[in-house]
Amino acid sequence: MPDVQEITVDDLKHLVSERAIQGETVLLNMGPQHPSTHGVLRLLLELDGEIVVSCIPDIGFLHTGIEKNMEAKTYQKAEVMTDRLDYLNTVGNILAYSLAVEKLVDLDVPPRAQVIRVILTELQRFSSHLVWLGTSALDLAAMSMFLYCFREREQILDILEMCSGQRMMTTYIRPGGLWRDVPVEFEAAVRDILKTFPRRIDEYEALLTRNPLMLDRTYGIGKLTAEECLNFGVTGPMLRASGVKWDLRKDRPYSGYEQYDFEVPTRSEGDVYARYLVRLEEMRQSLRIVGQALNKLPMGAVRSNNFKFVPPQRSEIGVSMEALIHHFKLWTEGFNAPRGFVYTAVESPRGELGVYLESNGGPKPYRIHWRTPSFDNLQSLPLMSRGVLVADLVAIIGSVDIVLGDVDR
Amino acid sequence: MDKKLQPVVEQLEKELGCTVSETRGLVSLSVPAEKIVAACQQVKDLGFALLSAMTAVDYWPEENPRFHVIYQFTSVSGNMVLGLRVPLPGLNPSLPTISHIYRNANWRERELWDMFGIKFQGHPDLRRILMPADWEGHPLRKDYPLGYEEPQFTFNFDEINLRKPYAKE
Repeated sequence: MPDVQEITVDDLKHLVSERAIQGETVLLNMGPQHPSTHGVLRLLLELDGEIVVSCIPDIGFLHTGIEKNMEAKTYQKAEVMTDRLDYLNTVGNILAYSLAVEKLVDLDVPPRAQVIRVILTELQRFSSHLVWLGTSALDLAAMSMFLYCFREREQILDILEMCSGQRMMTTYIRPGGLWRDVPVEFEAAVRDILKTFPRRIDEYEALLTRNPLMLDRTYGIGKLTAEECLNFGVTGPMLRASGVKWDLRKDRPYSGYEQYDFEVPTRSEGDVYARYLVRLEEMRQSLRIVGQALNKLPMGAVRSNNFKFVPPQRSEIGVSMEALIHHFKLWTEGFNAPRGFVYTAVESPRGELGVYLESNGGPKPYRIHWRTPSFDNLQSLPLMSRGVLVADLVAIIGSVDIVLGDVDR
Repeated sequence: MDKKLQPVVEQLEKELGCTVSETRGLVSLSVPAEKIVAACQQVKDLGFALLSAMTAVDYWPEENPRFHVIYQFTSVSGNMVLGLRVPLPGLNPSLPTISHIYRNANWRERELWDMFGIKFQGHPDLRRILMPADWEGHPLRKDYPLGYEEPQFTFNFDEINLRKPYAKE
């Protein structure tokens, strides 16, 4: 291959300051196996005592070639790959993919499926924020928060298991609707969450919001202004914590989000503490959306009747010749999507999750690109961590809420 | 086309001489490679503060153009999206960097170099980002085979180890 790039030490010298080469500052390797990097993130730190002079993120340890793999599979088989991207937001990933395929082949989604999609993505957003709250509080030595958060998260994962049979890798949303309807116990289980969780959020707030240790560790740390956020492509709660009211659910609604009444919380400080407050408020708003959605959940089908793209019900295959033919065609050769390209974006718990999908008229995606929010959010880490203490760097990494499966794809 | 986007697109069309296309509600402009820095500066001045996505498509075995580099911009203030497409030839594909205009293009361009072998002139730090530094080839090119690495277990450890390219004792 002609394009092999040789990496020597000289090629890396521009990343550190002159003082590191003269030996005045220390280069320290943090990660990839480090509990507070939230996965396999490696940071090369240039330290002057306890002060971080510069921080060089090194990513790619979790690169699994998902884009290449999806391009080699038919549209239906590629669905399961989406769960492996951002493993805390599996429902949101498949939602983004389904929206892209639906736009590409012009597929309708029944109203009941739309509402269930919203309920599940909001519950998943809540559980993702719970993981963030638990782990980032653990980084700040609040051990009990982690246990409380994972207790609550398990309740949400139980609901996902009830619907799809899987706790995390659900693949429940499909292009054209859902895999199947929710079970009868679903509504009671979600109502239970709606009843108990607001009080739980109050408990978290009682533990953390006015806690002097928490304030010391987070207030005024890792500041980003609104311009810096936009320039670095930072989206999601981090952008809103810097004062920009931008939420794709509100501004570019999909899946019927325009029908729900909810607030987009913003703060102006742009520090770790502001991100904490924004995410906590988002958890309350998610419950609000789930409550509204559950009250208006319509009856009806959960899958489109367009059997050129959506497999028919299993029960129909035995009695209908057409259904048998559609089933056979779909599971042997897939469907041919018309030529063209789409870009759809949804609001994941971390920011704008976009799918660029291009078709050349065949049964496989010709090109699929995942615009993952963590990838861009992590890029702002060197800027945020300049001149902070190493212990504060840990708090900043926690506030970015990275998922390495989302960064490395 | 969106009413707010109409004047923006018309202005870009006039100043850059690019062609406009609209598919499934997504407006994209085709920009020649030498004008991309001016185009991105123009787009940013028109209020598109966010570079949402940056990716490429490989149309192998076509040679000219073999690649399309795609820029996807979002205007937070005006609530608009806009795409730019830049065709590139298959032989030594290269583009000027825009990482001084949009800072997050830095890693995005590194990813495109890593995955497609598209060089970005003037980039401050053009290294591989997702693949290991000593990797050969560019995996997302269409002529790169989708293969797999044989797992190394205890029973075949030595056999596979002999074939590995790194230095052995």
